[in-house]
Amino acid sequence: MFEYDFMRTAFAASGVAAILAGIVGFFLVLRGQTFAGHALSHVGFTGATGAALFGLSPFVGLVGFTVVTGIGMGLFGEKLAERDVAIGMMLSLALGLGLLFLHFYTSAATQATALLFGNVLGVDDSALLNLVVLALASLAALAVIVRPLIFASLQAELAEARGVPLRFVSAAFLAIVGVAVAECAQIVGVLLVFTLMVGPAAAAQNFSRRLPAGVALAAGLALLEAWGGLTLAFYSDWPTSFWITALSGLVYFASLAARRLTG
Amino acid sequence: MSALRFEDVTIRLGGRDILSAASFVVEDGEFIGVLGANGSGKTTLMRAALGLTPIASGAISVLDQPVTRGNSSIGYMPQNRGLATGARLTGYDIVASAAIGARFGFARLDKAKRREIDWALDHVDARALARRSIGELSGGERQRLLLSQALLGRPRLLLLDEPLISLDPAYQKSVVDIARRLRDELRIAILFSAHELNPLVNAIDRVLYLGAGAAVIGPVDEVVTGPVLSRLYGAEIEVVRVKGRVFVMAGDVEVERDAHRHEGHDRGDVQSHDHGAAHV
Repeated sequence: MFEYDFMRTAFAASGVAAILAGIVGFFLVLRGQTFAGHALSHVGFTGATGAALFGLSPFVGLVGFTVVTGIGMGLFGEKLAERDVAIGMMLSLALGLGLLFLHFYTSAATQATALLFGNVLGVDDSALLNLVVLALASLAALAVIVRPLIFASLQAELAEARGVPLRFVSAAFLAIVGVAVAECAQIVGVLLVFTLMVGPAAAAQNFSRRLPAGVALAAGLALLEAWGGLTLAFYSDWPTSFWITALSGLVYFASLAARRLTG
Repeated sequence: MSALRFEDVTIRLGGRDILSAASFVVEDGEFIGVLGANGSGKTTLMRAALGLTPIASGAISVLDQPVTRGNSSIGYMPQNRGLATGARLTGYDIVASAAIGARFGFARLDKAKRREIDWALDHVDARALARRSIGELSGGERQRLLLSQALLGRPRLLLLDEPLISLDPAYQKSVVDIARRLRDELRIAILFSAHELNPLVNAIDRVLYLGAGAAVIGPVDEVVTGPVLSRLYGAEIEVVRVKGRVFVMAGDVEVERDAHRHEGHDRGDVQSHDHGAAHV
């Protein structure tokens, strides 16, 4: 399958997005903010369709909206980010707006499916370059904030007393989550971002009790699931996103069983 | 040098004066039990010393220096300890995250940091505990592990907010013994807040009693008396001493026990991160 250009690009694109999603997702799960990550992806749908309506690149709209919303959620602090109802309302509002934009943007049926469920085989070289640059920038930013982020995630009050600016850390992190969500949406679509962001990270936390090992495992599992899904899709001709969700689900439920057994 | 000095400090939260023109001095190396009813300002006092709660008037100095945020000469053990999310992680990783978590930039956990963590763990006999998952530890073991974090950076003042809460009597004794040992070995000043005086009464040097916006510091025998406590509680209080133990009574009710029970009921709500009003 590697004789095809589009397959090589797809492997590279899904690899980059999966590693970023696995690492960022680990901290998202650690902080208990997975639902906020899910909501960000729906906001991204609004951004992408809105951008398309105004003749801009959907990817720019996607990244722009998720990052700005992420920062906003972070600045509102835990008060908003932890409120399921507020997030759920925002999520449906965002999807509704996206639907409205699609309604006005007539040639959109295939575009909508690609946004909602992903189209990794449609990624071209320039899109791949965007993914790589954004992923590297996000990981660099994450490296700078990761120590206070872990401290604040585990023990917010103690971290605050030691001088960690909680609100800034939270906003910076959710901005990074915004980028990771946008990258994943390119691969599996906005509706299935959970499968690469949360599935591997949650499984890693069930398999490992150590932090560094857990982060590495999350990235590794996400990469395996993305590439495995791509390979299975190539030979079965079923959708890539389906296979990735299937693998992600399988690994997650296996991790639950493993956790039961090891205690 | 004094470890902690409050001069005419007034702290107002939600329109209520938690402290009004309160003054007291904690000397270096003193083990102080901090007591008072719910809402009398035990947590607020500690947060003010850490620079987390603003004061309306007066002055606070820590080791003769003005209050600053992130002051590394203070070790702190908050009452609301979070940790629900990371329950699978080992204790070591939790303590390590605190040891290197205060600064931005990708700090490595180098030899010096590891030695510092081991030193802190050893002082509370938690080196073996740290290898286990935090969720597997009993309440007392967990408390020891969390206490070790307060020692990171070798502070000169420890602020321990209700370390005995929801612990069995045997564990309560072990935590108090560790605190006393820390004072003796490290010559470190300790403020240790509690609902009940009796677990502390034989270990502390002096008691700091809060109530009605005031703070009274002194030896237990001088502070824990009917007249002083009646003023702090704003009600008729009788102090009964039996075989070295102290019971604070308001009419027929034992005041401290009652406060403790209320706290037990409230704990579900106190889990939120809403600072200030939820636990003052």
